[in-house]
Amino acid sequence: MKSGILACVLLAASLSAPAAKADDAMVVMKNFDFSPMDITVAPGSTVTWKNLDGEPHTVASRDGLFRSPALDQNDTYQFKFDKPGVYKYICSIHPKMMATITVK
Amino acid sequence: MTDATNRRDALKCLGVGAGTLFTLRGGVFSAFDLAEAQGDMGTPLFLQISDTHIGFNKDANPDVVGTLNRTIDMVNAMPKRPGLVLHTGDVSHLSKASEFDTANQLLSRLKVSELHVVPGEHDVTDGPGAEFFARFGKPSNNRGYYSFDSHGVHFVALVNVMNVKPNGLGGLGDDQMAWLKDDLAGRSASQPVVVFAHMPLWTIYEPWGWGTGEGDEIAGLLRRFGSVTVLNGHIHQIVQKVEGNILFHTARSTAYPQPQAGSGPGPGPLLVPADQLPGMLGVTTAVARKKKLSLTDATLA
Repeated sequence: MKSGILACVLLAASLSAPAAKADDAMVVMKNFDFSPMDITVAPGSTVTWKNLDGEPHTVASRDGLFRSPALDQNDTYQFKFDKPGVYKYICSIHPKMMATITVK
Repeated sequence: MTDATNRRDALKCLGVGAGTLFTLRGGVFSAFDLAEAQGDMGTPLFLQISDTHIGFNKDANPDVVGTLNRTIDMVNAMPKRPGLVLHTGDVSHLSKASEFDTANQLLSRLKVSELHVVPGEHDVTDGPGAEFFARFGKPSNNRGYYSFDSHGVHFVALVNVMNVKPNGLGGLGDDQMAWLKDDLAGRSASQPVVVFAHMPLWTIYEPWGWGTGEGDEIAGLLRRFGSVTVLNGHIHQIVQKVEGNILFHTARSTAYPQPQAGSGPGPGPLLVPADQLPGMLGVTTAVARKKKLSLTDATLA
């Protein structure tokens, strides 16, 4: 599962800042879940979320660092993670949707 | 479809035998005398509209403005209109200013004297609900929860979408619970109480968050009253329960239906054939009649 996730998230690495060897990543919201639920990226990576559900979702970090507006179907949101850490987030509309970005 | 046709359809919908009638049993209803004396028998005490989701534009209903307009036409065509309309939230789909502005413009066509609105989770996706409260915050001094009396009935507006529990159930939070206890304390048990909020105040289906964390505690506060009606939206379909003197009832949306509890991956918009959609959208009307509060659900079909 994890290797599949990494293969999925390594796209567009060439666009990232070379110094941090960042890996830009994509997370989708589908069937009321984040997928993948847990990913690890390098500092400086930009994560893109895309909502595939007909119901809006948000991306809201537990510590308030990032929070998207309501994303309608096919809307996207991006956040760049500069500092290492474990970032837990939820959909504020459906708080059972929980996921984590690990930056290291 | 012409206005005249709409009006005829509306009258047909609201006629005897339309919808489902729920009647409270037991309790003390003396305060309803006031409501009954105020007009002819059958004048609605209030009307509930819910989940207008202005801004939604997907296949389940590409014209939510149109269906809200038809709903408003139906209400305005009622032979005896209520003075109050309660909107139980999800006014907007994505909390956008433009969506609220459109909704406000449409709702202003309602020929009623008072509109009371509580937020749904779609109205506060920014967190504090800035756009919602800028328009609807005044009666509650921007808290969202407040109470008022009308025709002898005590109405309580609650907000259960801004302290949502980690398991997805709605929540009031400590401050609002304390306020609610205080608001109900010392009130005569013979006064009818109507409580309205967006998410169901009793657990309908926990895996989808269809309930409120403090639901049991809230029911405990209401149990001593002779007539209690608890109204919600959120699930876009009618589900009701009677527990002692408390009638719990969820309203239809004016925008789109949702699946029955547990059917499919989650509570998203339900796509139905276009000719079935009007029968799944509508409003709830409450009438004080023969010392009882009756709810009638009319559809746009």
